[in-house]
Amino acid sequence: MADLTTRLGGLTLPNPVMTASGCAANGRELQRFFDLTELGAFVTKTVMSDPRSGRPTPRMAETPSGMLNSIGLQGPGITAFLAKDLTWLHSIGARVLVSIAGNTAVEFAHVASDLAAHPAFDCVVGVEVNISCPNVANRGLVFACDPASSSKVVALVREELPRDTPIFAKLTPDVTDIVAIADASVRSGATGLTMINTLLGVVIDTDRMRPQLAGITGGLSGPAIRPVAVRAIWQCATAMSEGRVDRVPIIGVGGVRTGEDALELIAAGASAIQVGTATFNDPHAPLRVRDQLDAALDERGLSLADAVGLAHERKVQL
Amino acid sequence: MKDVVQVTGEVIATRRVGAYHHLTLVAPGVAELARPGQFVALAVGGDTSSTLLRRCFSLHKVSPSGAYGGTLDIVIAAKGPGTQWLSTLRAHDEVDVVAPLGRPFPIPSEPVACVLVGGGYGSAPLFWLAAVLRTKGCHVEMVLGAASEDRLFGVVEARRSADGVTVTTDDGSAGVKGWVSDVLPEIITRTHAAVVYGCGPMGMLRSITEVATAHGAVAQVAVEESMACGVGVCMTCVMPITGNDGQTRMVRSCVEGPVFRGDRVRWEAFTDGVCRVPADAVGAAKPAAQGGH
Repeated sequence: MADLTTRLGGLTLPNPVMTASGCAANGRELQRFFDLTELGAFVTKTVMSDPRSGRPTPRMAETPSGMLNSIGLQGPGITAFLAKDLTWLHSIGARVLVSIAGNTAVEFAHVASDLAAHPAFDCVVGVEVNISCPNVANRGLVFACDPASSSKVVALVREELPRDTPIFAKLTPDVTDIVAIADASVRSGATGLTMINTLLGVVIDTDRMRPQLAGITGGLSGPAIRPVAVRAIWQCATAMSEGRVDRVPIIGVGGVRTGEDALELIAAGASAIQVGTATFNDPHAPLRVRDQLDAALDERGLSLADAVGLAHERKVQL
Repeated sequence: MKDVVQVTGEVIATRRVGAYHHLTLVAPGVAELARPGQFVALAVGGDTSSTLLRRCFSLHKVSPSGAYGGTLDIVIAAKGPGTQWLSTLRAHDEVDVVAPLGRPFPIPSEPVACVLVGGGYGSAPLFWLAAVLRTKGCHVEMVLGAASEDRLFGVVEARRSADGVTVTTDDGSAGVKGWVSDVLPEIITRTHAAVVYGCGPMGMLRSITEVATAHGAVAQVAVEESMACGVGVCMTCVMPITGNDGQTRMVRSCVEGPVFRGDRVRWEAFTDGVCRVPADAVGAAKPAAQGGH
């Protein structure tokens, strides 16, 4: 058994494997397959202020080694989420990373404030700020595509949460310079980064000769995007080691299906990883990945802490 | 107690039935838990498949014991890469099984007359349902409809399973030329049916619901909506359903369905291959607040 303990700033978790937001609902569905307390943390589906019905269907298109989704952040709203979902997660003893979003920066802050005031908040090990959603006040441009918008959201959320609550800004790879967004988020109070969110895509249904998704565009996920995740983690970890961005822990997410996939993200600089689309293929995937990662570290004689960012030390000097 | 299992299934029999493939898998633990109307989610393409999403099929029948251990049967139409892969499986090939999933057909507490309507291979779960209903003393009639004779499934089995069978085809190649909705009014009226069960394409389920409602019967329909996971985590298989409180919500057909009361489905939302979110649905998007994944 390798030592899987991971430290994310002030937060210590028994293992680095989490679910990914939007790929595990709010827990009850996967609890039918395995005990959620076995995870490093359970990551909730992004919650916003009000209930949302999401987009029309079709919402899904299968792609090579992945899928496109256009769910539209369907969810119960923060009040029902706290009363039903977080309370239940608290009751089973899960460690919970709560994913939040808003149509405006102020809505993010309201959601964070309601969360922090709830009695079940003590099961919350951190807040993941899903800034990869459209900013109504900025013509629908995704917050995470603009350093100033990202900064504002993180700063407002920071004010609503206790000082010791970790905040992870979840970044989109659909930007020219992800390091600039990472830097803006960290300067505004993010204690960590989650990367990557989905990439924007379109699939055409060639029978109907029209977009397959009712919402036209969707987020691409699955093993197809893993190299993009590894690249984004690599770039931000490099910027941190060169002092261009303050050093904060990275949670890697994007295309992890096996323990060795997880090890790629870890070697690129992630201190924890999330399993997303693979869970649709295999509901046991998060725990399976944890056990495969354990075995992969053992084979290499490494602890998890040894492996984080190791590929930077071992890259060939040309 | 666990109500669902994930097991490596082993194919023990495959056969062509008209336009379809009928598979029998050894899948220990499923039969004891399953009821008619529930479904199975199969992984396709093997462990390193680039086709990640599960394919969901109604359980045709289950058998808790036998020479090989518990088995389940499904019927597939090979029309995409996943179902084509499944149709090439041979005896002793393995396939990852998650089952049973979803809510089963509700069974009446009184021995009332029931009509079971299947469109194409949508009839697959109805024979098992018929057997359960008959053990409760229900009079069972079946209606099997399809575009053409090769797309009917289970006509012979229906004659064993039901007290009366009516077949319809669009082209008249078998049974009555026309749609199931053409013959349904007479059967409901003649048998005084209290429940009409349906499984098949959405358009057919809508017309079954309309006919049943007009003739004083309750429709219970097993819907078809594409699913990525089958277990309730992906939110892709939603449809607008009116709840007991009169409010419409976009609910997951994999966990809250696949069986719904027909009169609770907002059929008008389904047009041209799209299901829109009704404007009065809980949390329906305001024009300025759309987007996000």
